[in-house]
Amino acid sequence: MNVKAKDFLTKYTMVLALVVVFALFCFLTNGRLLYAQNMSNLLLQNGYVLVLACGMLLCILTGGNIDLSVGSVICLVGGVAAVLISNMGFNPFLTILLCLAIGIAVGVWQGYWIGYVRIPPFITTLAGMFIFRGFGRLVLDNKTVSIQNKAFLNVFTSYVKIPGLDDNVCYSAIIVGVLAAVYVLFSTINSRRNKAKKGYRQNSAVADFGRSIIIAAVILWYCYLLSQYKGIPVMMIWVVAICLIYNFITSKTAFGRYFYAIGGNEKATKLSGIDTNKIYFIAYANMGLLAGLSGLLCAARVGSVNGNSGTSFEMDAIGSCFIGGASAYGGVGTVGGVVIGALLLGVINMGMSIMGIGDSWQYVVKGAVLLVAVVFDVVSNRKTS
Amino acid sequence: MPRLIFERGGIILADNILVMEHITKEFPGVKALDNVNLEVQRGEIHALIGENGAGKSTLMNVLSGQYPYGSYTGTVTYEGKECHFKKLSDSEAEGIVIIHQELALIPLLSIGENMFLGNEIKNSLGYIDWDKTYSEAEKHMAQVGLHESAQTLIKDIGTGKQQLVEIAKAFSKKVKLLILDEPTSSLNDEDAKMLLDLLMEFKKNGLTSIIITHKLNEIIYCADRVTILRDGSTIETLTKGVDDLSEDRIIKGMVGRSMDDRYPAREHHVGNEVLLEAKNWTVHHPLYSEKIVDDNISFNVHKGEVIGFSGLQGAGRTELAMSIFGKSYGTEISGELFIKGQKVDLKDPRAAIQHGLAYVTEDRKTNGLILDESIRFNTTLARISKVCKNGIIDVDHEVHEAEQITKEMGTKTPSNEQKVGNLSGGNQQKALLGKWMFAEPEILILDEPTRGIDVGAKYDIYCLINEMVANGKAVIMISSEMPELLGMCDRIYVMSEGKLAGELDVKEATQEKIMSLIMQNS
Repeated sequence: MNVKAKDFLTKYTMVLALVVVFALFCFLTNGRLLYAQNMSNLLLQNGYVLVLACGMLLCILTGGNIDLSVGSVICLVGGVAAVLISNMGFNPFLTILLCLAIGIAVGVWQGYWIGYVRIPPFITTLAGMFIFRGFGRLVLDNKTVSIQNKAFLNVFTSYVKIPGLDDNVCYSAIIVGVLAAVYVLFSTINSRRNKAKKGYRQNSAVADFGRSIIIAAVILWYCYLLSQYKGIPVMMIWVVAICLIYNFITSKTAFGRYFYAIGGNEKATKLSGIDTNKIYFIAYANMGLLAGLSGLLCAARVGSVNGNSGTSFEMDAIGSCFIGGASAYGGVGTVGGVVIGALLLGVINMGMSIMGIGDSWQYVVKGAVLLVAVVFDVVSNRKTS
Repeated sequence: MPRLIFERGGIILADNILVMEHITKEFPGVKALDNVNLEVQRGEIHALIGENGAGKSTLMNVLSGQYPYGSYTGTVTYEGKECHFKKLSDSEAEGIVIIHQELALIPLLSIGENMFLGNEIKNSLGYIDWDKTYSEAEKHMAQVGLHESAQTLIKDIGTGKQQLVEIAKAFSKKVKLLILDEPTSSLNDEDAKMLLDLLMEFKKNGLTSIIITHKLNEIIYCADRVTILRDGSTIETLTKGVDDLSEDRIIKGMVGRSMDDRYPAREHHVGNEVLLEAKNWTVHHPLYSEKIVDDNISFNVHKGEVIGFSGLQGAGRTELAMSIFGKSYGTEISGELFIKGQKVDLKDPRAAIQHGLAYVTEDRKTNGLILDESIRFNTTLARISKVCKNGIIDVDHEVHEAEQITKEMGTKTPSNEQKVGNLSGGNQQKALLGKWMFAEPEILILDEPTRGIDVGAKYDIYCLINEMVANGKAVIMISSEMPELLGMCDRIYVMSEGKLAGELDVKEATQEKIMSLIMQNS
């Protein structure tokens, strides 16, 4: 195999894996996976994983550190939201703000121990996993509390409906799709023009445009499917916004780069004048915030919260990160990869559910995929270096 | 005295327990040992001496099988047999035991457990026989005069006693040839003397020892013969009672090389302005805070000046540099620091960088570079704000800047997106220098800037240093290679055991003067 093809394969392994798995399940489900409703649900079902995984990625980047407490935080935050809104009749918007604040507070608590006292993250968050699960159950008084407040649910679970435009077919989805696709193409042209003007080195035009045309096509296709079902789900806006923000932070900002630096070599990073304690602190504080948001998303989607809500959600997030190419030693991983990892797990879940294969087998397959992905990553890296 | 064992045709031949002949060992880009010969006679204490990097430890690693047979050339003959040790346990099985400077003991295990680690005494069922383990351990401990319970944890005994545990462990392996690498470097004078007396006691019972040390007085005290290594070659072997075995004589052997034009010429234009000055700088060890690593050190460096710090390993030079660079080493740091006459308090590396300091570490892999990241990533890390707008990295700008730096440094790489870990040692060092050049320092601290890199790359780095000072910057250079300091510096500070042993103008400095300053104070 020539070098170019090899480079391409290593760079896009997980994307290709996603395409292959997707195609496989399309075949196995006789195309039912492709129904507009299923494709819309794919994102909704996995929205919380994507949000959590963005936060988890930052933790993992700092050196393979994980946060075990997020499932419990989801229970606590969801519990507080449910009790405040349903039992005490609190204003839903204030509740949302308060819940996010609780998420941050939890993150600050854990981040302090991890970043400044240097308690190992595994232990700190294991403790958090017990503590916040306990608090969550206390808040819920060991009951299941349902949420029926329309205003609250609308913030997370409604669909974009513009009267007059979205009456039969949801044209708003198509319009958004076209705008996004045009933006992708235009920004590629723009970046190439900029580089040319300043005399910087360019990638080949085929690679740049090929990539952006494929992305644009996927966006158009997906938005078309959304328009055939109920339109753009509000939850998708939340999830896509979070992914875009964290993608921007990790790939474009100096602050984001520090996470990679620490994971690569903490001592060298410190000697380069970077406050490594603060970076650890922020990674976990931020994880708390996103766990809080995720708690709200889950509470709204399920419509109720109980003492077991969120159990083992952290594992889905961690799994997505590692499947998506994050290194268990830190310093390597992208939001794009994590999204692919989460979608891969999501497609497997959904495909198997459509086929009527039970939970138990889904666990077996998920575990196997995780192992295969990481083994592949480790082995292929060993060969190149 | 060596025992003389047999006579053939009137020539008295010594009874050599160990003969190493024509040993050559190369690392990528460096020849660590070049045709080294070593003969050790049965029942003697043989000292191995040489500057840092002379090849002493490498030679011992060849002997012990740490560097397996085949990775070096030459022959090792032990007890009359040629040896092909593939690993450490091969040589230990023959009774060759090496005790390293950093003791290989596990602090949270007991003395007995440590002594039989990997070599456990088992009963007929295959379980560890603890009673026998501890009684055996105490038997060997008595041999070395260590009167402790074998169940005491290693962390609860001092360094001196830990050293004895290592030796007792060697006895448990039925040692015939004991190799000690800087055994007294972490001991106080009293413990050191006890250890040496113990070695001489063992000698009477027929044990052969090789001792690697920097301390000349110890060699004169206990060694029967001394082999001097320099730049990876054997220089000479001196015998007590035959040759003049004095400190001066040994120093001459250690440094006696000529200076040639390995250093680019520079016009010395030292300015009047003092860029950095430290007064009464004292640093304590980060873990053992009662230990003083740098004791009351004052120095300064002017605009356009290169100053050097000479001394042996453990003299406290790296610790001094790092403690000045934003307190990145040590605790209870006291003293005053002035930059351009202004008193400053640099509380972290960030503050140091903002005040125009840069510290180029001696250990580029652990403290300097992020090996899994690209040259570009590493280049901008210490001052990424230069390629940022509102915290957002202008990647195009960054790529461009990194290319400039790589060109200036002469780093050989197919692309700046190459992982730094894939570069050769010399190019890694250039990438590390480039990283700090990008930060645009006024005062550049270079810690062993040319360690383990080839001659060509060394020359390039010397040229960069000259360019820096020509532009009115100041350079502080820590180096264990004395010729390098003599070739590059305007002034040389000599450090020994955490103290400033002296200051020499380069015009009056010689290797002998530096070495005797070091030795007088140790």
